[in-house]
Amino acid sequence: MNTEIKVKNLNSTADLVLEDRVHKSLYSNPEIFDEELDKIFNNTWVWVAHESEVPEAGSYKTASIGRQPVIVVRDRKKNIHVMLNRCRHRGATVCEGKSGKTKAFTCPYHGWGYGLDGSLRALPKPEEYENILDKAEFGLVKVRTESYNGMIFATLKDDLESLDEHLGGAKKWIDLFMKQGGGYPLQTLGDHRFRFPGNWKIQLENTTDAYHFPIVHKSFIASVDEEAAEVFDFLDGEGYVEDLGNGHSVMVMIPELVDLEENLDEPIPERFEDLAKSLADEGHSDEEVRRLVRAVGGSGFNLNLFPNIACSMAFFRNLVPISANETEIHHIAIGGKGAPQAFNQKRIRLHEHFQGPMGFGTPDDGEAWERVQAGSMAGTDGWIMVNRGMSKLSTSADGNVKGAVCSETGMRAAYQKYKQMMSVESGK
Amino acid sequence: MKLDTQLLADVTAFLNIEADMLDNKEYLQWLDLWLESGLYIVPVEHNATDYANTLNVAYDDDEMRKLRIERLTSGDAISTQLGEKTVRTMSRFRILDDIDGFVRVRCAYSLYENNKNGLRIYPANLQFKLVRDGGSFKIAEKIVKVMKSSEHLTTVNYLF
Repeated sequence: MNTEIKVKNLNSTADLVLEDRVHKSLYSNPEIFDEELDKIFNNTWVWVAHESEVPEAGSYKTASIGRQPVIVVRDRKKNIHVMLNRCRHRGATVCEGKSGKTKAFTCPYHGWGYGLDGSLRALPKPEEYENILDKAEFGLVKVRTESYNGMIFATLKDDLESLDEHLGGAKKWIDLFMKQGGGYPLQTLGDHRFRFPGNWKIQLENTTDAYHFPIVHKSFIASVDEEAAEVFDFLDGEGYVEDLGNGHSVMVMIPELVDLEENLDEPIPERFEDLAKSLADEGHSDEEVRRLVRAVGGSGFNLNLFPNIACSMAFFRNLVPISANETEIHHIAIGGKGAPQAFNQKRIRLHEHFQGPMGFGTPDDGEAWERVQAGSMAGTDGWIMVNRGMSKLSTSADGNVKGAVCSETGMRAAYQKYKQMMSVESGK
Repeated sequence: MKLDTQLLADVTAFLNIEADMLDNKEYLQWLDLWLESGLYIVPVEHNATDYANTLNVAYDDDEMRKLRIERLTSGDAISTQLGEKTVRTMSRFRILDDIDGFVRVRCAYSLYENNKNGLRIYPANLQFKLVRDGGSFKIAEKIVKVMKSSEHLTTVNYLF
């Protein structure tokens, strides 16, 4: 294998992605980062929220498309809008904070007031705008928005394919993932947010990297009981990774937990016996107890949706690119809307155990990512290898390229989509 | 308002020991400071009150505290292997109330951390619920409201 491909012979960022490797400069070059914001984040469907984050009329959440601040809001008619968070007068943001509820958006600078649907309703001292400003043309700029099974995406590109086409083969897995409400509609339960000094693609890769789990997460595995440790010992199991097209992939680590509505007669795991008892004591039927217990630990797979969201076992992972060498991660906890308190409380505790700034898993992931970012600066030339499992690929029942659970099939899927998007000339 | 300066001095002395133990990674001794029913909580949202039913950065009961100490000291966790140096300072101690043997106290807190990414500072409001235990106290509850916890933190490999 040739490991001496010289980058000086390559002409564009797209050339820095080969089938089996990507150039290390993709992690740190600020010009490439700016090009990514333009060609990727401004040109595809970007996840902005789950519908349960804006449950009622007036509920809003601030989010971003690349580095552009947007507002996700539900209007009085319960329609969801995504709008640029920029007053049409002099550009101030009209909405601050993570989320909340409001009747309107008012610019703090000169008091321009916008309705929940973004329309410009009123402005102070309007007489100076007589005959020169039509309020109908100065609403907040709306961004094209579509949803699938509760997942809200937005795009700045009006002529982009539909979200349905964009998600394609990933929709089946989104549907499976949404079963972890245990018979109740999925609901977000708060989030952990943290930043790490590294490029966003390092996180993108990690969601489809089973290979690291027993190494990086040794201390997490040591903190769970033997039965759970066996569940997480999946590298030699029947798991697999499928390339779902459009940069998306699924990594099935625990095949028994793909469909949480199946195998409800399985024995209750010891670590969930207390939960099962408290649910039974509350009067829930045996069938409901089993459905809730089976769902409480989440699904047995990570669904990586290019470029910024993953349905990752038991939570949503949302990545926000900050700069070439800084990324913000949101680990969004999920449970069931209206589900028994004991169920949602257990899901919250499980989330805290692994995820977030003080979880037993995330800080070790963060350490590995920081080392990748730092190490990638070594040498004037060099490549990041993503060829693991390339010689043992097969075709899945759905006709997708399939590799072993610890193959780098999902990374290659994401990078080939990346390459395709980065190949487009700017402005096209 | 009459100040109980002796209680304030006793509480301050106890909390200085607690912080000193964490800075010097005397984790097993730190575990002994706790009531078994005690809760160590780092909330995400500072206005939260029902911590049990809210997502926190950390929500450690006795079992989780012990597991966390095991994780921080076993050497298995790659993020702990460099053993970041920390310095904690506390000030502005205020006794909130002293009812039924429980003393609630609030103070200002700054944690300075030196690691390979440089020097980081985490200011926080600390709130303790202490119970008298002989001539000293045990911790019934410690709530650390770290600034920016609801916006974004970094990963941390110690206890606030």
